Amino acid sequence: MGPFEKKAKSRHATFTRRTLLVSGGMTAVFGVLAGRLYQLQIENGDLYLNRAEDNRINQRLLAPLRGRIVDRFGVALASNRRNYRVMLVPEQTRGGVVATLDALAKVIPISDRMRAKVLKDAVANKPFVPLIVAENLAWDDFARLNLDLPYLPGVQPDVGDTRDYPYTEEFSHVLGYVAPVAAEDKSSPQETAADDPLLEVPGVRIGKRGIERTYDGAIRGRAGASRVEVNAYGRVIRELDRDDGTVGRDVYLTIDRELQSLIYEKLKNDSAACAVMDVENGDVLALVSTPGFDPNAFNVGVTPEQWNDLTTDDHKPLINKALSGAYPPGSTFKTVTALAALDAGVITPETIFHCSGVVRLGSHDFHCWKKGGHGAMNLRLGLKNSCDCYFYQVAMKLGIDGLQAAARRLGLGQLTGIEIPGERSGFIPDRYWKQATFKESWQQGETLVAGIGQGYILATPLQLCTLAARIAGGMQVSPRLVHSLGAQKLGRPVAEGIGFSPQALAAVREGMNAATNEPGGTGFPWRINNGPFAMAGKTGTAQVRVITREERLTGVRTNESLPWALRDHALFIAYAPVDKPRYACSVVIEHGAVVAHPQVQVARDALMFAQQRDIIGRPPAYPVTSASAAP
Amino acid sequence: MSVRAFQASQGGVPFAHKLGEVKWSLAILIALIACVGFAVLYSAAGGSLAPWAERQIIRFMIGFFILIAVACVDIRVWMGLAYPAYVFSLLLLVAVEVAGRVGLGAQRWIELGPLQLQPSELMKIALVLALSRYLHGLAPGEVSRPFRLIVPLIMIAVPAVFVLMQPNLGTATLLAVGGALLLFLAGLSWHWIAATVATLAIAVPSAWAFLLHDYQKQRVLTFLNPDSDALGAGWNITQAKIALGSGGLLGKGFLMGTQSRLNFLPEKETDFVLPIIGEEFGFIGTMILLGMFAAVIWYGIQIAMTARSQFGRLLAMGVTVNFFLYIMINALMVMGLIPVVGIPMPLISYGGTAMMTVMFGFGLLMSVHVHRHVSVPRHSSGMI
Repeated sequence: MGPFEKKAKSRHATFTRRTLLVSGGMTAVFGVLAGRLYQLQIENGDLYLNRAEDNRINQRLLAPLRGRIVDRFGVALASNRRNYRVMLVPEQTRGGVVATLDALAKVIPISDRMRAKVLKDAVANKPFVPLIVAENLAWDDFARLNLDLPYLPGVQPDVGDTRDYPYTEEFSHVLGYVAPVAAEDKSSPQETAADDPLLEVPGVRIGKRGIERTYDGAIRGRAGASRVEVNAYGRVIRELDRDDGTVGRDVYLTIDRELQSLIYEKLKNDSAACAVMDVENGDVLALVSTPGFDPNAFNVGVTPEQWNDLTTDDHKPLINKALSGAYPPGSTFKTVTALAALDAGVITPETIFHCSGVVRLGSHDFHCWKKGGHGAMNLRLGLKNSCDCYFYQVAMKLGIDGLQAAARRLGLGQLTGIEIPGERSGFIPDRYWKQATFKESWQQGETLVAGIGQGYILATPLQLCTLAARIAGGMQVSPRLVHSLGAQKLGRPVAEGIGFSPQALAAVREGMNAATNEPGGTGFPWRINNGPFAMAGKTGTAQVRVITREERLTGVRTNESLPWALRDHALFIAYAPVDKPRYACSVVIEHGAVVAHPQVQVARDALMFAQQRDIIGRPPAYPVTSASAAP
Repeated sequence: MSVRAFQASQGGVPFAHKLGEVKWSLAILIALIACVGFAVLYSAAGGSLAPWAERQIIRFMIGFFILIAVACVDIRVWMGLAYPAYVFSLLLLVAVEVAGRVGLGAQRWIELGPLQLQPSELMKIALVLALSRYLHGLAPGEVSRPFRLIVPLIMIAVPAVFVLMQPNLGTATLLAVGGALLLFLAGLSWHWIAATVATLAIAVPSAWAFLLHDYQKQRVLTFLNPDSDALGAGWNITQAKIALGSGGLLGKGFLMGTQSRLNFLPEKETDFVLPIIGEEFGFIGTMILLGMFAAVIWYGIQIAMTARSQFGRLLAMGVTVNFFLYIMINALMVMGLIPVVGIPMPLISYGGTAMMTVMFGFGLLMSVHVHRHVSVPRHSSGMI
């Protein structure tokens, strides 16, 4: 064997050795690969499968129809209306979005604002995403568009649903409105179902005020979902499955639509509130606050101009005065003073107090509204004439402690629990509050002022209606608006007796009857002059300005001679019929205290209409009656 | 003996005999892997032969013909062609680079009528041929002598740098690592290997840590890997891992891969074919494919070890190692273990030049097998 062969052999041996080494290395790398595959596909296979499913499956939420809100006879107060819309799919258009919009504008009206928005959205979105070009189209326009559709590629007519309030202003404060979900709606702890997937549905509206808000959870229904397969660019390939969700529940109110409309019509030019109740069970038959607003506007979106108008109006259309407006009850509160004094035994109905036109307490004079006074007054005459001096003296004998306790029993100074957000509790003062707030003890003069419903006392129109109902029926009723949610009847506590003696209640009712039905009574000129329908009531005025000593000497100015904002508020509480009360009513007209007593006229018309229509006696359209609700 | 053997082996071995010497089991295995590729391209197109699978089938048939033709040519002919091929490829590489600089755009290929010729692909073969030719003439001890070693190092470095400037990090890596492994197989002494490893281990990290500013590092990264804008490449790799992983043990079934069908997988017909296989055929299917690759490599090693000439041995191992590196860089890339460098999966990914190069390489491997008994004198320069 020569040297070259030897070398060649050793070279071959080296090659073989190193080839084996390289093979070992390659085997190791194959091992790494297999290990990585095992890790990805076996160990984490489920994880990646989930992520692949997340990639391809898009869940699209479907908004259910909102439940309707109907009155006691089944009239829809809030319902859903077909919303005729036009969508545009940019990639399907011929000649581009601009050309299609131009062609479309010849068929249906397209505002410049909408046009600008569509052009902006067309750039921001993928070309297969449909853009809304027009909403709430008239049927004529929509029908015409459908005829022209073959010449408008990329244009898609679409029918959606939108909330509709046919009675607009009349029910704006009771129903509230719906509006798009705001960021705070999702974080708010008040929201009963803040994690409801429905809140994520594009364009969904939820209840923001009134009944729409309180019962939003029941009305909104359950969101459905459509699961679709999409590709990497988000284009829908096919629908995998679909759940249409559940339509929301209807809300049945105790309100009578016709009574509400009648009252609204009479008060629409005022800044006023009125409530009508069933004295036996507290069913609210009408709850009006004027002026109202158009809740439909909030659904589509209020313009800055509209919002500015609503917030700067001195009649404050956005405030529900029936339960958020707190007023000094004025002379309507004398019924409370009378009941409290009778109940405490400090007077009898026949106790006489003399009215000289002024009651002097220490160095301070407390005037009667009638200059020169009423002379000798018992309870009936005191209420009939609304004599201030009589009630100053009754209040003096009674004291603030008895007065405030009775006022609370009659529902004042506390929430009535009505099913609408934003209710105020009004105010009934007492010694402890005075001491805590002003670091001063209660003054007897303040008791006198309280006795005629002035001073610190505040009450909402709904509380005053409750007061009237409790006096008329002698039961501790509370107002309520909602009878049932869908087929579910809402329970309520059985009203107990108010706790005042029948004699005391009868004496006050007699005084109220005298005030409206005896000549000379404060409400007599505007009585219901029809025996079986007659109403009993108590007028009141609430001063909004201080009357100076000089003015009192020269003669107090009449309200008619004052600017609107300085006139006294006009109040009235009443019930009817006189002998077997069924309906209670309260009316408050801001700055409405004029000779014509419009507040009494409104109550008269409302109570007359309610009785003639026999609202309580007519069979309601509730899905469950009290009888069938029993298990 | 050498002269006689030379003449004997030259003396008209009939073509039919050579065909009989071809290792048909290896050829069939290669065809089977290519069929897996056809199926995947069919699936990637959403269950359609167009546009990829049908063209790939034609290319493979041409490639298979090339394989057999190359196999039947004597390895001494290939040895004789080694240097000219290397010089030719290098010139093309420079031409492409210069043309790109002069303003014809950053092209990586030359138009030859209907064909696109990528010089970097040619260079993969030419470099293996040239290195094998050079190392064939060296005695074991000679490889480690500095004056002998400098030549192959330059032969590797020059094309690698040109390819890197294209920029094409993946192919440059293939050239450098493939060349280095050939030096190792030829008997490069352990001192050199240890010194190189030590130098790299110290130089690269310290240069990175102390010499370069952040913006320079960023430039280097971008230069090395221009496709790696964080969002794009990150998304690609994420989707590839989801595709692979979601296949699980048995896969979602042929044509059922949602990641590929719904286009979540990027470049699914070229660099990212392996995730489709993983998604539709699962761990089992992917392991079977890897097993087929491993079998091809095993064949290559066998052929290298049984060849009588050092040239044949080095050529066979060069081709095999290149094939292995191809597979690994692609697989490690789609599994997120190394950065995205743009290397397709051989025999499977859609692409013309790569298919021809791979089949030509297998032709050379097969030629080594057919001519395994041919001994080549140490100072022979082959025959042309």
